[in-house]
Amino acid sequence: MEQATPLPSSSTTRLKFIIGGALIIAAVVYLIVTSTKASAQYFLTIDELKAKGNTVLGRDIRVSGAVIGDTIQYDSQTLTLSFDVAHVPGDNKEIDAQGGLGAVLHAAVIDPNRAHLHVIYTGVKPDLLRNEAQAIMTGKMGQDGVFHADELLLKCPTKYEQAVPSQVVK
Amino acid sequence: MVANFGYGTLVVTLLVALYGAGAAIYGGRKNSQPWIESARLAMLLTWPLLTVTALCMIYLLVTGHYELAFVSSVTSNSMPTYLRITSLWGGQAGSLVFWSWLMSAFASAVTLRKWDRDREFLPWVIVVALITLSFFLILILFYENPFDRLWQTPAGDVRTAMFAPAGAFLLNQADGRGLNPLLRHPGMIIHPPMLYLGFVSFVIPFAFAIAALITGRTDDRWIRITRRWTLVAWLFLSLGLILGARWAYDVLGWGGYWGWDPVEIAAFMPWLTGTAFLHSVMIQEKRGMGKPWNMVLIIMTYALVIIGTFLTRSGLLSSVHAFAQSAIGPLFFGFIGLTLITSVALLLWRWESLKSNTQMTSLFSREALFLLNNLLFISIFIVCFWGVFFPIISELITNQRITVGPPFYQRATAPLFAGLLLLMGIAPLSAWGKSTARTLGRAIWKPFLFSLVVIVLALVAGIRNPAALLGFWLCGLVAAVTLYEFWRGTLARHRKSDESLPLALWRLAGRNRRRYGGYIVHLGVVLMAIGIIGSQLFQTQTQGTIPQGGTLKLDNYTLTYKSLDNWNTPDGRNVARATVSVSKNGQYLGDLHPRRDYYYESQQPMTIPGVRSTWEDDFYVLLVDWQPVSADGATFKIYHNPLINWLWFGGIIFILGIMIAAWPDKDPETVSERVRRQAYSPLKA
Repeated sequence: MEQATPLPSSSTTRLKFIIGGALIIAAVVYLIVTSTKASAQYFLTIDELKAKGNTVLGRDIRVSGAVIGDTIQYDSQTLTLSFDVAHVPGDNKEIDAQGGLGAVLHAAVIDPNRAHLHVIYTGVKPDLLRNEAQAIMTGKMGQDGVFHADELLLKCPTKYEQAVPSQVVK
Repeated sequence: MVANFGYGTLVVTLLVALYGAGAAIYGGRKNSQPWIESARLAMLLTWPLLTVTALCMIYLLVTGHYELAFVSSVTSNSMPTYLRITSLWGGQAGSLVFWSWLMSAFASAVTLRKWDRDREFLPWVIVVALITLSFFLILILFYENPFDRLWQTPAGDVRTAMFAPAGAFLLNQADGRGLNPLLRHPGMIIHPPMLYLGFVSFVIPFAFAIAALITGRTDDRWIRITRRWTLVAWLFLSLGLILGARWAYDVLGWGGYWGWDPVEIAAFMPWLTGTAFLHSVMIQEKRGMGKPWNMVLIIMTYALVIIGTFLTRSGLLSSVHAFAQSAIGPLFFGFIGLTLITSVALLLWRWESLKSNTQMTSLFSREALFLLNNLLFISIFIVCFWGVFFPIISELITNQRITVGPPFYQRATAPLFAGLLLLMGIAPLSAWGKSTARTLGRAIWKPFLFSLVVIVLALVAGIRNPAALLGFWLCGLVAAVTLYEFWRGTLARHRKSDESLPLALWRLAGRNRRRYGGYIVHLGVVLMAIGIIGSQLFQTQTQGTIPQGGTLKLDNYTLTYKSLDNWNTPDGRNVARATVSVSKNGQYLGDLHPRRDYYYESQQPMTIPGVRSTWEDDFYVLLVDWQPVSADGATFKIYHNPLINWLWFGGIIFILGIMIAAWPDKDPETVSERVRRQAYSPLKA
């Protein structure tokens, strides 16, 4: 294999490489920082959201809750979907301690004392929206205390995976 | 009975794997061939053993042994046999078994290669492969046992355990809950195995890299041995990603194919570092540079493969895919930490021998541009990694979970992807060693002129979006440079050897499969980029509720709602199927049938779009809602996705390119024989 002959100006070449590399790294850091700032969303539980009150008005927020099946309303003329979600803990450890996600969602829906949040979303009704599903909503809190979701994520295959054992009663 | 047998073989496999790892370490250290041979046989044995386990699983799934927790959670009486077989990877426990089975298949295949020249690598390759396998077997046996049964206790509740808790009876269920309807799709049946194949085959180059570090044989031998393994891994991983995108497009019904979901990114990250690795090994092969860097890349890829398997299988990230909250998190992190620390320690130990005395001499040399390519791939990887782990990091530091969504990834990665396209246009024309701006300029001006034509055409077509213009220009440049490379090579052959042009092209590509396969991959990327630019920047949508005979308009298209049929199927679905007619600029094009299937047993609806696909665009119709009795109205959502089929077509070309690059050579011995003959041929002198 041929060896590259060291050029007389090898130190300036090396400098060029270092400057070039530093510029690219700076550009990437800049990209990451500005993009993070531009699209960061607070991930809150419903309790936390309520506690923050007016300070979160107009900010992008992500909030998760348990869907209460009876409250789901869908107007297919205007594609307006509304439903209530109940508070569920955000911490995985806490969820595990209470018997897993399925149990936590179930408990949240039947507990009348939980904090509730009314959600409005315009668009197609997701297939997975139903009682005791976990909804993760992205959007803004309105003056009226209603959460206006731009994006709706429903946790799904989870339901199939594990929930049964403790709930099957013959 | 079968369950106990399957469980038993799993236990035996774990013992065999642990024995093999131990024997290989001992044999490697003492340089004892009998011990190494024994370890090799142990590794060979894991595959038949795990095949038995997998067959037990499949038997239980197909025959509907619903007393098993896993079987009852993924199958049901109404599912056809092929779906019951594939539901092996429809849930966590089964997919870990499947992962291990694939892993042992690859590990066994490796032991069967010719080892005469590389005897010293063998024990350490066995150690790495078997430790990885043992880790997954431990996970399965102690945390995610697919053979766990459901038991009815005297207290009245139901427990999941392998063996009967005191006084409990086996819970006999007549039916299971069935596989999630969303997963009953051809794309979803092939997609996980492809992804897993990609994951496990990256373990092999990693195992050789570690073997090279341990034995101190740090020349590029390990890279040459694993070149094809790496390409195969890359092939399957790419195929898995493309199929996953296609599944999302066909099934999830949001008109898109890639949502920057953490689980998608988890599979994308090893692909990024793996792609960087594929390029950077060439620097080492041609110029002897970048040895430590290649080690770093393959170690990262391996760690990301394990992280990818883990992220898709834990509740760490909130994502539509994350199957379950489970207890395996700490174990995974422990294993990843351990392998990373060990690998880095080995790397530092051998650092001196990995140093190269060659230096980069020119900013425009092939190796410098490859380095830049690596920098960009790693930057995209860092963006992804940051995006996935930022919520966790922010929670640790500020106690406040802050997430970033798709806009973050789009914004941060778009310029980096553009940079990669630009490099793809320049690098093939550069030379190894010395290459200056002038020589490069001389090579590139013709393709460059051609690419300007693309901009003019785009402007004439009415495109004014600057990002799209830039993107299309870059695509034009890469396509022109790549085709120009084919042309130059073919022409040179044609002139030199008097071959006809098509024959010259065939032979050119056949003799340099890696290079020209790579160029075909580049062409695939260009086509995919066109599809991505078109569908991301020019997608339009509308929605509305219309009565029978009513219309919805989108761009030049008009949709007319004709009728709706509704029936029950024998496999437990209620199908609502609308018939709509589509016309463009007033001209009738045909009927589409968007559907909505409701699965009674799982109470889940599934929306299946009606799609009209052409080279120009997709017209994608979803049936959102319908009135059952009066039949007077239905709600539709329509997407117009320009150029999207270029993405799928590009994907096929991409995969074809990898296959060409990875195609086995003729017997390598005869090739080197020929080279030697040529070298000593008097004519050459």
